[in-house]
Amino acid sequence: MKKELICISCPIGCGLLVEWDTPENISVSGNRCPRGEIYGSEEARAPSRMVTATVAIESDKLSRLPVKTDKPIGKEHIPSLLQELYSLKLLPPVGCGDIILDDFAESGVSILATRTIEA
Amino acid sequence: MSMMKNYDVVVIGAGVSGAAVARRLSAYRLSIALLEKEIDVSFGVSKANSGVIHGGFHHSPDLLKSRLEIQGNLMYDKLQRELHFPFRRCGILVAAFSTEEMRIVQELYNRGLANGAIGIELCNGDRMHMLEPKLNSDVMGGLFAPGGGIVEPYRLVFSLVESAVLNGVDLHTNFNVTRVDKSGKSGSGDREYVLHSSDGQSIRGRWVINAAGLFADRISGLFGAEEFRIHPRKGEEFLLDREASAHTSRVIFPVPNPVSKGMLVIPTVEGTTMIGPTALETDDKEDLATSSENFEKVFYSARRLIPAVSERDIITSFAGLRPSLEDGDFYIARSEMAVRFIQVAGIQSPGLTAAPAIAEYVKDLMKQGGLSLTEDPDYQGEIPAVPRFRSMSLHEQDAAVETDPAYGNILCRCENVSEAEVVAAIRRGHTSLDGIKFYTRAGMGRCQGGFCSYKILQILRRETGLPWEKITKRGGNSWIVRERISPAKTS
Amino acid sequence: MKHAEFDAVVIGGGASGLSAAAEMSRRGASVAVVEREESLGGILNQCIHNGFGLHQYNEELTGPEYAERCVTALDKLSVTVFTGMTVTQMEQEEGTHLLYGFSRESGMLRFRCRAIVLAMGCRERNRGNIGTPGTRPSGIFTAGLAQRLVNIDGMVPGRECVIVGSGDIGLIMARRMTWIGARVLGVIEIQPYPAGITRNIVQCLRDFDIPLYLSHSVTRIYGKNRISGVDVAPVGKAGGEASGAFHIPCDTLLLSVGLVPENEISRKAGVRLHPETGGPVVDARYMTSVPGIFACGNVLHVHDLVDYASEEARRCGESVLDFLSGVSIGEQIRVRTGRNVKYVVPGRLSVTGKNRFYLRSMVTGTGALLSVRLGGSEVLSRKLPYVQPSEMISFDLAAEEAISSRLASGEEETDLEVSLEIPKKEGT
Repeated sequence: MKKELICISCPIGCGLLVEWDTPENISVSGNRCPRGEIYGSEEARAPSRMVTATVAIESDKLSRLPVKTDKPIGKEHIPSLLQELYSLKLLPPVGCGDIILDDFAESGVSILATRTIEA
Repeated sequence: MSMMKNYDVVVIGAGVSGAAVARRLSAYRLSIALLEKEIDVSFGVSKANSGVIHGGFHHSPDLLKSRLEIQGNLMYDKLQRELHFPFRRCGILVAAFSTEEMRIVQELYNRGLANGAIGIELCNGDRMHMLEPKLNSDVMGGLFAPGGGIVEPYRLVFSLVESAVLNGVDLHTNFNVTRVDKSGKSGSGDREYVLHSSDGQSIRGRWVINAAGLFADRISGLFGAEEFRIHPRKGEEFLLDREASAHTSRVIFPVPNPVSKGMLVIPTVEGTTMIGPTALETDDKEDLATSSENFEKVFYSARRLIPAVSERDIITSFAGLRPSLEDGDFYIARSEMAVRFIQVAGIQSPGLTAAPAIAEYVKDLMKQGGLSLTEDPDYQGEIPAVPRFRSMSLHEQDAAVETDPAYGNILCRCENVSEAEVVAAIRRGHTSLDGIKFYTRAGMGRCQGGFCSYKILQILRRETGLPWEKITKRGGNSWIVRERISPAKTS
Repeated sequence: MKHAEFDAVVIGGGASGLSAAAEMSRRGASVAVVEREESLGGILNQCIHNGFGLHQYNEELTGPEYAERCVTALDKLSVTVFTGMTVTQMEQEEGTHLLYGFSRESGMLRFRCRAIVLAMGCRERNRGNIGTPGTRPSGIFTAGLAQRLVNIDGMVPGRECVIVGSGDIGLIMARRMTWIGARVLGVIEIQPYPAGITRNIVQCLRDFDIPLYLSHSVTRIYGKNRISGVDVAPVGKAGGEASGAFHIPCDTLLLSVGLVPENEISRKAGVRLHPETGGPVVDARYMTSVPGIFACGNVLHVHDLVDYASEEARRCGESVLDFLSGVSIGEQIRVRTGRNVKYVVPGRLSVTGKNRFYLRSMVTGTGALLSVRLGGSEVLSRKLPYVQPSEMISFDLAAEEAISSRLASGEEETDLEVSLEIPKKEGT
C-alpha cells in the first residue's frame, strides 16, 4: 500500500511517499527531517484529527456552544461524532473545559466545552 | 366563493408612476388598491436608476414627456416637504468640448426655454469651471440648469406609498396579475374587472391603471387593451466611494447623442458618486447582470468629464432596465379598447422627474373619462418623518436616544444606522433585507453588510416572527440561509 | 448625555483591545474598553477551530478559549467595560480626547480621556471590492459572515458551495461547511500558490477531496434570486470552453478575498493612514499621527496569529503608560522598506528602547535572508528557510546596537532599511 502526503509539521510542506504492507512495517520517504517521518507514519497508520464544532444550548445569551475533542480522534469516528453532537441540546450553566461527551464511541477521546455560558 | 374585495380603482405596479398615481387619487373619496408583484414596492425599474431630477431641456416641447418633466420638476420641493425623501436641487451641467458640441448645447438651451425651464443658462468655459471646479479643463462651455437635482429613487417611492397607505390605499405586495375576467353576466351593463394573481388571490376593480413598467405590454394584453411592445434597455452604473475625489457639486452630463442622454457623473444625495448609465438593448426583461465589457466605456466617458474619476474608488456596480417604447415618448392615455383602463407605459427617463405630474395627468384623464372625484377632507399630505441617526447632530442624537433607546443601538457601523430606523422600516412593511437596506441604508456602506447582516436578521426575526429560513434578500426564492444545523443532513 | 472620564479608552474588546487594556490597568491607569458586540472577545468568538495560543500559552487553543483567557485577565483589574456600545466619533479638546459612544443601555456617553487605543480590528473585502460581474442574487457571503451564521447562529448557509480565496479563512470554512453537511465544490485561488498554511490545505481540502483551482478566478455570477452558479476561468483568459473556463452550479458563494483594517473613525479624527497596510502610521510608541491616539492589532495591520496581536497590544499598552506619565520617547529613526518587503510596522525605531518589528514579504521563496541596515552597515541578518506574503515575519532590535553602528558609520541622517534577499523567486 502506498500513499502520497504533504507533511504539515512545518511550512515547507515536504511531499511524502508512505509505503507499508503491515502497520509495523511503514517506510516514509521525501522528508527533509525526522518530524516528517513521524507525521507520515502516523498519518498512514492511524490518521486522526482534532474536531471542533458547536452544540445547541438553551440560553438567551448564546444559542450554540463551541466544543472540541480533547485530543485528535480517528478519522473514522468523525461522521458519527458530528451526528451525535448535532442532536444534543444542552442546558446552561456550562464551564469552559467541561466534559460534554465522555470517551466517545470508546475512542478514548472526550468532547469538551470551549466557552463558559452562565445562564 | 370567498368575499372578494371591491375597489373603485386598482393600480397595477408600485413603482414611481403607480405610487404617485395611487397617492394622488387617495386625496379623493375612492377605494384604491395598489398591486405590486414583488415582495416590496420600488423593486422594479424604480429601484435601479440614476435618481436624476431632470432640467427640462433634453426633449422637444411636442412630446408628452417633456411637458410632464417640467411640471413634475417644479412639484418636487412641496413633495419633499411632505414626504421627507432625500432630495437636492444641485443643478445640472451639460459640458461641451467643441464648437460642434456647443451647437448642440445651443439647441438644448432653446428647447429648455421653449419648455419653460426656469433659470437655464448658456455658459462659457470660465462660468462652467466656476460652477464645477472638477470639470475637465478642456470643457469650453455648456449649459447650466439650476432646476435639475438628485433624489434617492427608492426612498421617494417608499414615501409615496407610505403616504398613499396612510390615506387609505390598500397595498397588495406579492400580487402578480396573471388573469383578468369581468364580473357578472356578459351583456349585463357596466361590469367590473376581476384581477387574479398567480397564487390564487383575487380582487375586483372598476378603474384600472396599468403602471406595470417592464410588463405593461403583458398587462395591457390581459385586459384586451392596446398591443404594444416594451423593449428593455439595460443601464449599468458604478458607485464610487464617499471619499472619492471625483465627487462633484452638480450633475454632469455630456452632450447627448440621438440615442441617449449619455453617461453621467452624479453626486448622490448621500455623498457617493455614481457614474453611468450605459444603454444596451436586451431581450430579457429580467436581465440585470453587470458585465466587464462596459467598464472601460463607462470610465473613459466619466473621466473625460471629471478627470478625478478613478476605478480604485468603486464600491459596487448594478444594472437597471428601462421600459422603452418604439417612439420613445410616454404612453399615458385612456385605452380605446378596454373601458376604464388607463395606460401609463413607456415611463423611462424622465419618468422619475415627471412622476408627480403624471399623477395629475392621470387623475385628469380619469375625470374626463367619467370618474367622479370628491375630495376627502381627511386627506393628509404629510407623512411622519423618521429621523435618521446618521443625519443628526450630536445634540439631536442625544435627544433621540433619550426618547427611544433603540436609537442608541447602532446596527450598521458603516452608515451609522440605528435599530430605531430598522424597526421603522420593518413596521412599514419592508421585511426583506433589500427593503430594509433601501429604507435605512444599512448594508450599503463599505463593508456591504458584512457586519450588520446578522444584526438585521435578528431584528427582523424579533419583529416579524419569521423563521430564519423564510427571510429573503428580496422575496421569491432569494432565501438567506437554508436551515438549522441538524444531524439528519450531515452524513 | 452621560459622561465618563478615564486615563485611557480602548476602542474594541477583542484580543488586542483586551491585552492593551489589561497592560495599562496593571500599570495603574484607569481604563475603559468599548465593544460594539454584546460579549467581549471580538472575532475569536466565532473562530471555534483551534490553532490559537501556541506562542502565547504554549497550548493549542480554540478561538473562544483564547478569548476567555483575555477576558479572565481583566478579573483582578479594574477595567470598566461597555458592551453593546459603538463609538461614532472622536474629537480633541484642549489636550484631552473626547469619544462619543452609543448603546441601548447607556444611551449616549461622552468619554473624556488622555489617551485612546484604537483596536477595532478589520473588515472583509467583499464582492463590490473585487467587482465580479453578473447578477446580484442572495447566497453570496464573505467567509467571515458565513462563519458567524454557522458558528454563532447555528445555521447552514447553503448546500452546494464554492469558495473564492485559499487563505486560511476560506480553507477553514471549506471544512466547516463540509462538517455541517454542505458540499464544497471547489476553492478558487487567483494566485499560482495557495494563500493559507499547508496544514489547512491538508486538513480542510485534501481530507474532503475538495478541488483547489490555482490561477483561476470567478468571472461571472448567475442566478436571479438565489445564486445558481458561477463561471470559473484561468487567470488572464476571458472565458469560453476553449480557454479552460468552466461553470460550477452552486447555491452558495463564500468570498475569502482579503481583510482591510477598519479605520473609518480613525480617518475622520485626522489619523494618517499607511497606504500599504491600510492602518495608521505609527511611531516606535505605536502612537499615530495624532498625539495621544495609539493603535495596535488588526486595525494597525492584519496579523496572521492572534498571539502576535496580543503581544503587540501589550507593548502598545506599555507605551501608553509612558506617554501618560510624561516619559519622553527620545530620538526615533525612520524605518524604510527595502527589497521584497511590503511593509514594516512600526514606522520608527526608538534609540532608547527595545524594538520589535513586524513585516511582510512581497514574494514567495526559500532560503531568504532578512537584512536590516542602518546607514550603510548591517545591524541584523537572519536566514529564513521559507517566506511567503501570508506569513508575517518579526525581528527584535535593541537600540544600542543600532546607535553604535551608526556612530561607527559616521552618518547623522539615516534610515533603518529592512529588506529580504531572495536567491530564487518562486512567484511574485
